[in-house]
Amino acid sequence: MKDTVSITGAAHTDRIHDSASKHVTGAADYTDDIAMPEGALHAYLGVSDVAHAKLRGIDYTNVLATPGVVGVLTADDVPGVNDISPTGLNDEPVFPTDLIQFHGQPLFAVIAETREIARHAAEKAKIDCEVLPHALDPIAALNAGYPHVTAPLKLERGDVDPALDAAPNRVKGRMAVGGQDHMYLEGHIAFAIPGEDDDVIVNCSTQHPSEAQHMVAHVLGVPSNAVVVNVRRMGGGFGGKESQMNLFCAVAAIAAKKWNRAVKIRPDRDQDMTATGKRHDFVIDYDVAFDDAGRIQAVDGSFVARCGFSADLSGPVTDRALFHADNAYFYPNVRLNSHPMKTNTVSNTAFRGFGGPQGVIVAERMIEEIAYATGQDPLDVRKANFYGCEGRNLTPYHQEVEDNILDRLIGELEETSAYRQRRADIIAFNKTSPVLKKGIALTPVKFGISFTATWYNQAGALVHVYNDGSIHLNHGGTEMGQGLNTKVAQVVAEAFQVDFERIKITKTTTEKVPNTSATAASSGTDLNGMAALNAVEQIKERLTAFACETWNVAPEEVRFHANQVHIGKDTLSFDAFIKQAYLARVQLSAAGFYKTPKIHWDRAKGQGRPFYYYAYGAACSEVTIDTLTGEYRVERTDILHDVGRSLNPVLDKGQVEGAFIQGMGWLTTEELWWDDAGRLRTHAPSTYKIPLASDRPRVFNVNLADWSENRELTIKRSKAVGEPPFMLGISVFEALSMAVASVADYSECPRLDAPATPERVLMAVARLQGTV
Amino acid sequence: MTYRRDIRFILNGTDVSVADVAASQTLLDFLRLERRLTGTKEGCAEGDCGACTVLVGRLGSAGLVYEPVNACIRFLASVNGCHVVTVEHLSGPNGRLHPVQEAMVDHHGSQCGFCTPGFVMSLYALWMQTPEPTVGEVETALQGNLCRCTGYEPIIKAAVAVSRYGTPASDCLTTERDTMTARLKSLQDTQRIVSGPEDNLSIIPADVDDLADCLLTYPDATIVAGATDVGLWVTKFLRNIGPAIFTGHLNELKTVKRQDSLLKIGAGASYTDCQSLLSKHLPHLVPYWDRIAGWQVRNMGTVGGNIANGSPIGDTPPVLIALGAEITLRRGDTRRTLPLQDYFIDYGKQDRAPGEFVESIQVPLPGPNDLDAAYKISKRRDEDISSVAVGIHMSVTDGVISNTRIAFGGMAATPKRATAAEAALNGQRWTRDSFEAAADALAEDFSPLTDWRASSEYRMLSAQNLLRRFFLEQDAQTDAPVQLAIA
Repeated sequence: MKDTVSITGAAHTDRIHDSASKHVTGAADYTDDIAMPEGALHAYLGVSDVAHAKLRGIDYTNVLATPGVVGVLTADDVPGVNDISPTGLNDEPVFPTDLIQFHGQPLFAVIAETREIARHAAEKAKIDCEVLPHALDPIAALNAGYPHVTAPLKLERGDVDPALDAAPNRVKGRMAVGGQDHMYLEGHIAFAIPGEDDDVIVNCSTQHPSEAQHMVAHVLGVPSNAVVVNVRRMGGGFGGKESQMNLFCAVAAIAAKKWNRAVKIRPDRDQDMTATGKRHDFVIDYDVAFDDAGRIQAVDGSFVARCGFSADLSGPVTDRALFHADNAYFYPNVRLNSHPMKTNTVSNTAFRGFGGPQGVIVAERMIEEIAYATGQDPLDVRKANFYGCEGRNLTPYHQEVEDNILDRLIGELEETSAYRQRRADIIAFNKTSPVLKKGIALTPVKFGISFTATWYNQAGALVHVYNDGSIHLNHGGTEMGQGLNTKVAQVVAEAFQVDFERIKITKTTTEKVPNTSATAASSGTDLNGMAALNAVEQIKERLTAFACETWNVAPEEVRFHANQVHIGKDTLSFDAFIKQAYLARVQLSAAGFYKTPKIHWDRAKGQGRPFYYYAYGAACSEVTIDTLTGEYRVERTDILHDVGRSLNPVLDKGQVEGAFIQGMGWLTTEELWWDDAGRLRTHAPSTYKIPLASDRPRVFNVNLADWSENRELTIKRSKAVGEPPFMLGISVFEALSMAVASVADYSECPRLDAPATPERVLMAVARLQGTV
Repeated sequence: MTYRRDIRFILNGTDVSVADVAASQTLLDFLRLERRLTGTKEGCAEGDCGACTVLVGRLGSAGLVYEPVNACIRFLASVNGCHVVTVEHLSGPNGRLHPVQEAMVDHHGSQCGFCTPGFVMSLYALWMQTPEPTVGEVETALQGNLCRCTGYEPIIKAAVAVSRYGTPASDCLTTERDTMTARLKSLQDTQRIVSGPEDNLSIIPADVDDLADCLLTYPDATIVAGATDVGLWVTKFLRNIGPAIFTGHLNELKTVKRQDSLLKIGAGASYTDCQSLLSKHLPHLVPYWDRIAGWQVRNMGTVGGNIANGSPIGDTPPVLIALGAEITLRRGDTRRTLPLQDYFIDYGKQDRAPGEFVESIQVPLPGPNDLDAAYKISKRRDEDISSVAVGIHMSVTDGVISNTRIAFGGMAATPKRATAAEAALNGQRWTRDSFEAAADALAEDFSPLTDWRASSEYRMLSAQNLLRRFFLEQDAQTDAPVQLAIA
């Protein structure tokens, strides 16, 4: 019999974001929208105005004399350990006691009746310090003999130096790759409510509630079981709320316990941008050897990163830069070194791609260098160097690439974007256009999926079925706009075969699922979807056993389908069946768990299988530049991206589009600029320019590779989507590079650092024209 | 004299009267903290992200007009006599979604949702004004709204589709227009309002003459027109702006009209207020105008304010100086008129005496032999402060250049004429060589700064190239485009 009815919100169907109606009406609650309890107080951070100094003391007289100020929170008030370093390196105090390490470093917090009072009063402290010399950028730090903030990594395979020396062609170059501010629309915020005993509840905007919980317990000197962290949703995260919420949670919680009143802390946008970390900027030296056909023979790369004053997540971030320094290309001999430099700047952190993009862009730069050196279309050089079969499928970290689909994917995109014809047309156009010049580039991405910290690859979920048949879903992941809750609910709906609307999606809380990992590394759906499915399967197993016993049928005769349960010849509604199961005392709740199989990583050896699988994609972008001003416009972008068998194609497409634009912003207009004193001068949207609607490609064709299926047993054979498409923005950068190169008839690969602001484009043009 | 002490306006459907409104009290904090209308979000507190977008309806010379504005930098005192519409007002009875909201949901226009209410409000304003907008019109309307998640594509699709979900004719702001007009009229009176604590006074003059009087009484008061700059003095620099005299409600200052060979712009006219007459009389300024800030700021910000605050990177001074504009300042009943270029004395120093205010700007309209251009360069094309801006004006008669005025922003401590470059052009023939000489002469005119917007080298090179662009663009010999088209 053919099933003619189906459920709403099944897996692999388009489904609107579960909060969409609340978003558009303003009814979706973010942390700052939660009603404050009676007597709540507000905290605001006081910060340093020098980049590096011995801290001698702070005079709070004028702060405390301000009407409405309740008190000041200092390092002395930290009852537990004055440390919020996510790595346990103990290098990041809540407030420093003797050393200021960057301009804008939080030194204390003012607690007051209103946020405005606290904010004004925070300006009134007198900070006594002895200024020390500072190093802001990673090269300056290297030259000044600054240490690494965390252990560097080396990946090596083959005989690099002989291969470099023996090759017929060799290019060395240096590229500076800029950082990026997250510019989530909702800034950091935490709101703590004290409870009895050691208890405290912290509502905050975080991708990592468990870490916030552990960190609050750590600074309070209480066990983790005293602390509850809640997050219903974030107004964007992008990695910026993976560890950076620790400070705000700590301050709110300590103050709440100290004064026994609820305390909220919400920095202004400028303080959010100056006091919290960003994407790491890198200076990368590459040395690449290749044959006359453009096939790479050896690569030597050195990745120097601005990490800021503490390690934070710089270890795994700089590791991932190396993991992706091959992008999609086989390097027969390779040596890659990271240099995670300490600098007197804010401590850099996770950001979508987590170091990966900085690795990928250098791989693409090397391809461009080879293309110019050998006079080829860069796409041909790319194809010649893709990972292949046996003998050409080993990464620099000794993982075999088993699931490469780039040949097909690139082939299709090359066709649908009419890349070859358009490139020929562009070269012709450039010959006759005196001022405007065009460029086109088709670039791939291969991105490894899994946390490289192997233990992070676990997740939990809690599913309750109530006796009216309604379902309560909770899992350890957090919702920041990516549609995680929608996708996990689809998995649950599909597994129970009930309508999506029956499932209540609830806030993420450390009370329900303990020891969760950050919602990061694109892993949210992979991990939490599996954990939720595991919980559902447990309940279904009990239900099936109950049905078999009661109806006296075999397990194969129990079938959940379209809000009904078929048992032998009987059919019951899901509700009626659940009611019966309840009356028969079947446990209708389960905690699910999942851990990613197959992965292992030996960092000391630089060998292993850190990634469960790879996600792939490619983009073809065309740009026009104005060679008088350096201004540009993206004319067209075509994307074909691999998300395996999509759980929700429309949400995945939204991730691809958004990631591309964010990646484009990273490489074009988003520039972080520090002055000589170490003060970040691009500190708010007035000065830090993320893409606008009018910056979108004039033609934007985005498609999912609907034929792709994850060859690993991931949730419904889907693939992670959060980060990989971010790197599709590199196509815009390389298209800009081609347009620049046209002014010298493509005779050399332009020196172009990222972001390619109009200024950088014009100066690259002028260099090739010999006018500067 | 007796003054009223309370600010009165209509918030969604409700009459509101707030006593003692401090000058620095923002509309956003009032909505979120005092009214718990938390649908309106704070994203940046500087008018750049649009998450706080609300509509403000006010009675102008053309009747009741609703415009999207940034509640974060809009002072509460300035909405006296207005109708403030927040996202909470949009949904119909029983929570039925508004057509704009429905379109956004159906097209997956939200991801994290934090920017979404702001987008909804901008799109709402657009739909009421232009029910079936082009993609270009949508992009212009959304210059003041940032989204970090979607990449905008679904939002644009939603915006273009809204008319399929409903027509403005059945929207409550249309159906209740007459009653709302009557309600707002009943709020109007001829009394000066003085509100707020002594050290942070809000003063709302009854009319322009009263403004002149207020300024005699409080000669050092902060004059607040659109608040698009002064707003940041409060939200970012934590300055006390009291006493502040608000002028945004003074329709007399908002007149934009042609008088013989002049365009006369009231100092209180917003960028938006100027738009229709600019496109008629100064069409070369239209694309430039569309790149001034975002829609919300163009609705609030005034040409007078842009001039009066003396920024070296204000958008309008360079192009108005090039056109030979004059400004009229008034103190009490005394008026004086001076060339705009002379108003800017040095960085942060303008030729405005205590108690004086800018009343109007007079812009001579170009003649038949005149060539005019306005160019702006910024890191991001839209809603960005210029690295370099320039207005160029000259006459070309029988192939000979005369009357050249070239004024740059971003190249010096004030908006400034490029006198050496002008001299290099005047009396010369219209040739590429003449412009090359002018480009060289720019190096005598300016030694620009390096900052986060641009380096000194880039500013100089691109400024020189803008002269080259002008030549190529105006020159009959060039047929290839020399500038990126806007669309």
